[in-house]
Amino acid sequence: MAAGNRTWERPTVFRRREVKWAVYVGIVGFVLWSGVGVGADPARIAQGLGSAGSLVGDFLPPSATPRQAQRIADKMLESVAMAMVSTLTGIVLSVPIAFMAAENLSPKPLYAINRGFISISRAFNAIIVGIIAVKAIGFGPLAGILTITFKTVGFFSKLLAEDLEDIDMGSVNAVRASGASPIQTVLYGVVPQIIPRFAGLSVYRWDINIRTSTIIGIVGAGGIGSVLLTAFNRYDYQYVTAILLAIIAVVLVAEGVSAVVRRRYT
Amino acid sequence: MLQVTDLRKTYPTGDEALKGVTTSVEGSETVAMIGPSGAGKSTFIRCVNRLTEPSGGEIYLDDTELTGLNDDALRAARRDIGMIFQEYNLVERLTVMENVLTGRLGYVSAWQAFRRSFPPEDIERAYEILDRVGLGEMENKRVDELSGGQRQRVGIARAVIQQPKILLVDEPTSSLDPETSNTVMRLLTDIAAEREVPVLINIHEVDLAIEHADRIVGLHDGELVFEGSPSELDQLGLDQVYRGAEVPENADDGQAPETTGDGDVLPDTDRPLAGET
Ligand SMILES: Nc1ncnc2c1ncn2[C@@H]1O[C@H](COP(=O)(O)OP(=O)(O)O)[C@@H](O)[C@H]1O
Ligand SMILES: [Mg+2]
Repeated sequence: MAAGNRTWERPTVFRRREVKWAVYVGIVGFVLWSGVGVGADPARIAQGLGSAGSLVGDFLPPSATPRQAQRIADKMLESVAMAMVSTLTGIVLSVPIAFMAAENLSPKPLYAINRGFISISRAFNAIIVGIIAVKAIGFGPLAGILTITFKTVGFFSKLLAEDLEDIDMGSVNAVRASGASPIQTVLYGVVPQIIPRFAGLSVYRWDINIRTSTIIGIVGAGGIGSVLLTAFNRYDYQYVTAILLAIIAVVLVAEGVSAVVRRRYT
Repeated sequence: MLQVTDLRKTYPTGDEALKGVTTSVEGSETVAMIGPSGAGKSTFIRCVNRLTEPSGGEIYLDDTELTGLNDDALRAARRDIGMIFQEYNLVERLTVMENVLTGRLGYVSAWQAFRRSFPPEDIERAYEILDRVGLGEMENKRVDELSGGQRQRVGIARAVIQQPKILLVDEPTSSLDPETSNTVMRLLTDIAAEREVPVLINIHEVDLAIEHADRIVGLHDGELVFEGSPSELDQLGLDQVYRGAEVPENADDGQAPETTGDGDVLPDTDRPLAGET
């Protein structure tokens, strides 16, 4: 048996090695060009770091007058309430949209319309949706609820629809084959297959919504964000720190609750 | 009685799965439909209760013509057709009892179904059938805790509780080991006999077909190429079903040459693979 003189290389996704190197060079070049374009010169970065250092001093220690503390509490409560309400309404709206956006359960045109809606909802950041909502219905928590509900629907119905597309259609057809009506088929064939994911996604989205509701006030859509903006505008940095700590505390609690619930129910 | 006439199915992909099949299932007989993988056995069964829409032909279940029914009438007709599947097709996250009661959904409202409030006689019947298939005391187990053989017993219970006029069974044992296959087949045919329900059963293991069926029909490439009693299934019949040998002109009256002894009609090497689907 002669020693083989054949060689082997792992095939690359780029098909040819020249293409691979061209892509790598392109990426590095683009990053460098971007850095120059935004004026990221080392001197400025150093200067920025210096002033950031002195700024930290202005932020400490956190402090708030009793009136300010009360305001933090009130507005934080508003944020949490906004998150609660919009999680609930968002999920309720998401369920029918998810079914209509599931390729295996929905006729083609309906599928396309609902996928389109989901893409629009996901395309815009909550802040942008918030600005539009405030323009449409004015300042206040209602704009926030609208914003977060809209974002929840995009997120929730997309993930739920994907889950629906993964269900075992064999058992769904078996239920249908026994003479069950469409509603009964969904109740017995589909719902049991998605319930655990549904619970997990709900809590996860609630946790995301708590975070969104603490920032959305920056554009006037209610909640603690507006207090934060005012404090920044008045250069009241110690108050800012107090607000930030409150936000961190609430977000951590929400994240903890979400993690525990998801671990238990999925 | 099930009477199928000139049943045709062409899939949107252009696959001609059934090219005009005529056959019937009568009285309380057990008919085994044999044929190689891709012959159209599953398509045939799925067309009968219209999980797949047939492209042509007529299907009578007693006096009801099934292919022309509207949605409501079809739902009512489906209550009379019990189905059992190769992959069991149970709802894994539901309990055994819920899976069995699924067979009664056609008789309760959506609200009753949601509340799981089935009539007491349905519950009673479910318990009896679970006992009969050897799953007494298992009603509250979730299906994903069961073995394959146990799952198929739930599948049988779900079909039988419909009190159907016919059972359509698609390769009930292909996912089971040979020993379990035999007990499940025995159970299925026994229950059907006790209740005097006719059975049409797809199967590609010829031994099982010969052992359990009253009559055998053979499909090859979407066409019916054999029909007769198990003892009439000889080498020629098997060649027609599994190798597509020409059906001779005198197929109906002529006794085809006997090649091997009774029962063991196929030499082992030619037997269709047990795991093939
Ligand atoms: N959903 C489908 N779409 C397109 N072709 C199909 C579909 N189901 C089955 N077929 C084709 O129809 C033929 C018969 O299939 P099937 O009824 O599953 O045969 P069997 O159950 O005897 O193995 C095969 O050629 C198969 O490829
Ligand atoms: Mg099949």
